[in-house]
Amino acid sequence: MEKLTMKERYDEFISRFGWPRIIIGMFLLFLFIVAPFVGVSVSTSLSDTINRFGMNCILVLAMVPMIHSGCGLNFGLPLGIIAGLLGATLSLQFEFVGASSFAMAIVFATPFALLFGWGYGKLLNKVKGGEMMIATYVGFSSVAFMCMMWLLLPYSNPTMVWGFEGKGLRTTISTEGYYLHILNDFLAIPIGDHFTFPTGMILFFALLAFLVWAFLHTKKGTAMTAVGSNPIFAKASGINIDKIRILSVMMSTWLGAIGILVYQQSFGFIQLYMGPFFMALPAVSAILIGGASVNKASIPNVIIGTFLFQGILTMTPSVMNSAIQTDMSEVIRIIVSNGMILYALTRKTEATR
Amino acid sequence: MKITKETFIKLFRNNLVTVMFVIICAFGIPLSGYSANYLIGEIIVRISRNSFLILSLLIPIMAGMGLNFGMTLGAMAGEIALIFVTDWSVVGIPAMVLACILSVPFSIILGTICGRILNKAKGREMVTSYIIGFFMNGVYQLFVLYAMGPIIPIKNKALVLPRGYGIRNTVNLIGIRRSLDDLIKVRISGVSVPVATFLVIAVACVFIVWFRKTKLGQDMRAVGQDLEVSSAAGIKVENTRVVSIVLSTVLAGFGMVLYLQNMGTLNTYNSHTQIGMFSIAAILVGGASVNKASIPNVFLGVILFHLMFIVSPMAGKNLIGQAQLGEYFRVFVSYGVITLSLVLYEMRKKREANDSAQLLETEQEGYNND
Repeated sequence: MEKLTMKERYDEFISRFGWPRIIIGMFLLFLFIVAPFVGVSVSTSLSDTINRFGMNCILVLAMVPMIHSGCGLNFGLPLGIIAGLLGATLSLQFEFVGASSFAMAIVFATPFALLFGWGYGKLLNKVKGGEMMIATYVGFSSVAFMCMMWLLLPYSNPTMVWGFEGKGLRTTISTEGYYLHILNDFLAIPIGDHFTFPTGMILFFALLAFLVWAFLHTKKGTAMTAVGSNPIFAKASGINIDKIRILSVMMSTWLGAIGILVYQQSFGFIQLYMGPFFMALPAVSAILIGGASVNKASIPNVIIGTFLFQGILTMTPSVMNSAIQTDMSEVIRIIVSNGMILYALTRKTEATR
Repeated sequence: MKITKETFIKLFRNNLVTVMFVIICAFGIPLSGYSANYLIGEIIVRISRNSFLILSLLIPIMAGMGLNFGMTLGAMAGEIALIFVTDWSVVGIPAMVLACILSVPFSIILGTICGRILNKAKGREMVTSYIIGFFMNGVYQLFVLYAMGPIIPIKNKALVLPRGYGIRNTVNLIGIRRSLDDLIKVRISGVSVPVATFLVIAVACVFIVWFRKTKLGQDMRAVGQDLEVSSAAGIKVENTRVVSIVLSTVLAGFGMVLYLQNMGTLNTYNSHTQIGMFSIAAILVGGASVNKASIPNVFLGVILFHLMFIVSPMAGKNLIGQAQLGEYFRVFVSYGVITLSLVLYEMRKKREANDSAQLLETEQEGYNND
């Protein structure tokens, strides 16, 4: 084996890591370095970043199975979120409290997620090659459809429905008294005054991430990767492509449902109606920032990507505001996240699928 | 007999979305309780307001680039032009003409960028153009919210946010409000018809018909049919595709100026975001698909889609007692239509590929048997 020169090593590192990722990583590092000089507490920022990391990483993890099976980026994440919302509202409707309300929300969400995922997978099998656009619109239409359902379904728990009419769910429902911070506070480690490590939430993510990782190393999981990377080869070796794809979509949808529940327990509110509408884009760009591409993704991609993306989201407003008294963070967020998706969509090597 | 039945089924299957919409409207109109005169008046306003924007979608479809979700870029260009024109306090028809001219360079720049990016994402143009719309929205905000004021001088204080830079959320377009609509106004039994606007739309239709027959138009259709064949025939494929997107963006810019002169106010940060979605839903309702669209599709689409849009809140209120439900319904239908059309298109593409493969197979079998 030939020895690589410094230059070659450097080039290889750049090409493997990708310029956008390096720039974003440097930018985040820069923000953390600048923060103390403009009067922003680093420990608070770090605590916020880790908290938001925990809130979002399962939603990002939900991208992995579908990318593996070649279904592309899961722009249809709102469908999974809706399954999660159904689970959450049902759990509240039956007045479970504390840890059991969270567990029951997962239990109620699971059948919906599996059912939706199955139907969604069936649909995506009929439109191979055009999955991403259709996934986007499946997500949008299902959110709009559920807007009508939230108004019409016979929920009756007074904490959830409009007080005046006694029917129709509110746009935001507090999870206080139910499962607020149920994972955040589990074994939480306070370090200093401003920094709390949400152990339970991170452990829960670690568990799910481990399960996905382990699954991808089983026989079924390897088959899934084969379907994604080389469908012709997969077919030749006797794998039922359509079935594997449906399985991956069901997994993604279920992870989306669990992801939103974890998000809610930390955030404190269940957001209904148009809430889930734009939740797919941040998750998609997070995994891409982490180094995934349209047909390749791994657990480290999820972790790195969510950390970088959420780090920038937390840091830019506070640092920018203190430094130049303007809040450009929203604009930066739009440009960075969509720019990242564009970068992934236009890379030549992957455009040949 | 059998053939007619088959063609009927095929006709039905190819126009499923349109048929569905006719049914929705047929139920919705009596439920809403609106008078025919009111509905016709509203529809005429909507046609004059929206059809130019929708016409801008035709050229990229012809060039095989699918539904141009990037038409929002044109809308942004039109808006920027209108902000400048309002700042310079130009009014009336000259202001509209100036805004259209001013939007062109912005449209060309944005369209070229969009076209170049789409060339790098062949086969997934639609999702890419859709994300470009979001991305450029960020750039647009950067431009309008931060650059206008400190870098690009804006004199008119009424336009600028209280903090001293950036454009306000709403810009009053009183100077050009309905200037084209009211230029030649004819009232037919209580319904006013903006003749001048319709004339402009007619010119755009004539342009598109003429354009199809030019060399460039023919090239675009060839590119839309088959990239490789047209490349072999000496057509500059990439260039032609960029030109089609630029043309679409320029037309969308004009369309946005026309749309906003009818509305009379510009929501600086929201006006363009929904334009792409509504225009695309409308053309699909009119019977277009990802690779085939014509001028009649545009007008049928505007009429049916907006009829549904007008009647559904009232129908929802009368049916269940909640206008909100009707509003959610129309949002659902707009997205649902796009989903359904895209799914039907992909399925048809697959079926046609299967059919032609089978045809080839049977032909070869016949050949072998000889």
